Amino acid sequence: MTAIPLWVRRPAAERAGWLRTVDHKEIGVLYIGMGVAFFAIGGLEALLLRAQLATPEASLVDPETFDQAFTVHGVTMILLAVVPLLVGFANYMVPLMIGAPDVAFPRLNALSFWLSLVGGIVLYFSFLAGGAPDTGWFSYAPLSERAFAPGTGVDYYIVGLAVNGAGTIIGAINLAVTILLMRCPGMAISRVPLFVWMTLVTSVLILGAYPALTAALVMLLVDRQLGGHFFDPAGGGQAVLWQHLFWFFGHPEVYIMVLPAMGMISEVIPVFSRKPIFGYGFVAGSSVAIAFLSFGVWAHHMFAVGLGDTENAIFSATSMLIAIPTGVKIFNWIATMIGGRLRMTAAMLFAVGFIAMFVIGGLSGVALAVVPIDQAVTDSYFVVAHLHYVLFGGTMLGIFAGTYYWFPKMTGRLLSEGLGRWHFWLTFAGFNLTFLPQHWLGAVGMPRRVFTYAASTGWGPLNLISTIGAAILAVAMVVFFVNLARSIRSGEIAGDDPWDAFTLEWSTTSPPPPENFASIPAVTGRRPLWDRKHPEAREKE
Amino acid sequence: MSETGFIPAERKPPALSISLGSLRAQGPLPLSPKIDRTLLGVAIFIASESVFFLAIVLAYVAYRDSGLATAKANLDVVRTAIFSVALFASSGTMARAARTRSGAWLAATMILGAIFLTGQGSEYARLLGEGIGPGSALFGTTFFTLTGLHGIHVLAGLVALAGLFIANLGRARAVRASAWEAVGFYWHFVDAVWVVVFSVVYLGTFL
Repeated sequence: MTAIPLWVRRPAAERAGWLRTVDHKEIGVLYIGMGVAFFAIGGLEALLLRAQLATPEASLVDPETFDQAFTVHGVTMILLAVVPLLVGFANYMVPLMIGAPDVAFPRLNALSFWLSLVGGIVLYFSFLAGGAPDTGWFSYAPLSERAFAPGTGVDYYIVGLAVNGAGTIIGAINLAVTILLMRCPGMAISRVPLFVWMTLVTSVLILGAYPALTAALVMLLVDRQLGGHFFDPAGGGQAVLWQHLFWFFGHPEVYIMVLPAMGMISEVIPVFSRKPIFGYGFVAGSSVAIAFLSFGVWAHHMFAVGLGDTENAIFSATSMLIAIPTGVKIFNWIATMIGGRLRMTAAMLFAVGFIAMFVIGGLSGVALAVVPIDQAVTDSYFVVAHLHYVLFGGTMLGIFAGTYYWFPKMTGRLLSEGLGRWHFWLTFAGFNLTFLPQHWLGAVGMPRRVFTYAASTGWGPLNLISTIGAAILAVAMVVFFVNLARSIRSGEIAGDDPWDAFTLEWSTTSPPPPENFASIPAVTGRRPLWDRKHPEAREKE
Repeated sequence: MSETGFIPAERKPPALSISLGSLRAQGPLPLSPKIDRTLLGVAIFIASESVFFLAIVLAYVAYRDSGLATAKANLDVVRTAIFSVALFASSGTMARAARTRSGAWLAATMILGAIFLTGQGSEYARLLGEGIGPGSALFGTTFFTLTGLHGIHVLAGLVALAGLFIANLGRARAVRASAWEAVGFYWHFVDAVWVVVFSVVYLGTFL
């Protein structure tokens, strides 16, 4: 077994050490490691929830624990698992894809990672300090005010999220400057890989959305610690202000989580279809449209609040508009595959799975944008099903596609395709078994965030199916982790360009050296490595 | 290639600018290399900070009516205006300091910033003495949050100015031009936020 240095190709004696590294690749791996760890924790929390709900009137956990588990599950998956995973891949791949030696601010990059991690640790410290937050991931006021949440859980939520958010904001500044100023000669913005485009748009979303969350958190902290009245109706404040601020962050946050995954499959699908992406400009431009619209739809989370028919109608319309640029992308990916020579690797399976599952999540999203439908199923399992089709069926499948695609670049070794297939099909079956029945449960009225339900409701069988699905999903994740652990040590040696790919990250060694490229590359098209390999078929610009 | 965790500052980040000359022949460069990455980073940071302040200002405006009587009765607009002049003037001294790389003008900026904070501190002391605090009523909550967050930003600016001042005392030539511009940029932003806060909170009492 040849000793391949992991993550960065440097002599073992010269390893920077994880604690003080400023190399974008190692920081990317740290981010991904953080995301994987919290994904596992958040997954265990979800299994606990599903176990409790498997049968009616169960008492596996007490209601307080259940409330803490679903709150922390949501915060963990969104802010401590998915975002770090996506930022981690962006950190590792963006400089390589644009031919840069590192990000614009390497030390700041380390700071943003450590802030993100410390924020997560602060949140989890609440378990030791008298109880985790139990007010739901969006922590609505006045429930989150001191009068109704007297413990310290919400305070840890506030501080943890603010610190984590500061890290994410700094990271977004870094990635945006890197993409705007560090591209190699010839790498015009109209030529950067689509994952880079998505990262740029996501950075803009982070910079516009996260500060609103920080502001809301500061106000809640003032209310809780200094006796303020921002969200305290008894003192003249308005609880709905929290909802406005939170969802002004919360809805763009959905696209912060989805767009980079769309970027990942926009890399994977062309390479495994042996065709350039269909309609590059439309994929990039529709992301800008999604980003723009995403700041104007937040109140669709608040249709049940009673804002008024005019407001509801406007936000309903803007929410439906988002389906247009999203649909454009779906057609682009499908058109890329049509007529291509498809190679159904594990990466490609997950990318196609993304399209299928995301379409279901998108359609239930359009349904929820219709005010009367939303008012009928709001706060029910229909919403839970919808958001998991978007964030698991969409984002997580995209992340898995990216993992199978880029793991060889990062480690020098391929992930096992055999285990990858098991991973995909178990995930696909387990995921649909878990979340498809929740549509029906929501439609017949099962509210979300309930600790248990009466046997007479008849919700038992579908809940049991859902829990069985979750167990299958857990098995799929075990297969994935086994694959990771085995392939890191003894996977097939990948070589520089195992997929016969298009973009610059595959032109350097696997893993890349600290300086990324022996010489700074020059680029004349959208598929620089392909152009170099096939000078006779150079893309017409 | 041996690189360990902390690479000497002059080698890091791997400077694009060093290789620009030799690379120019290879094709068009993506963006004008004249855009300094530090300044662009600070500009993006400021844009993001603006969203943060916008949210806090909007909350103040949303609750303005319920606190207007207290504001009219208790805010000393003229006195705060005088201290505000110190902050506004500090933008002028900062611009001058950045242009001339002058430690003396930097010190003047810091003094003016400190005068402003002193004014804010004494105003806080008076209001708290009168029983108006962040927990007393909605006016106190919004007023102390908005002006307090601005004050924290002024304080952070003073720390940045002090850092620049000390670096400039040591090896003035080693301080990059972008450091002067970046700190100045941030200071002007803090000043501009106060223009908004002063208008909304203090001048707003005349409406």
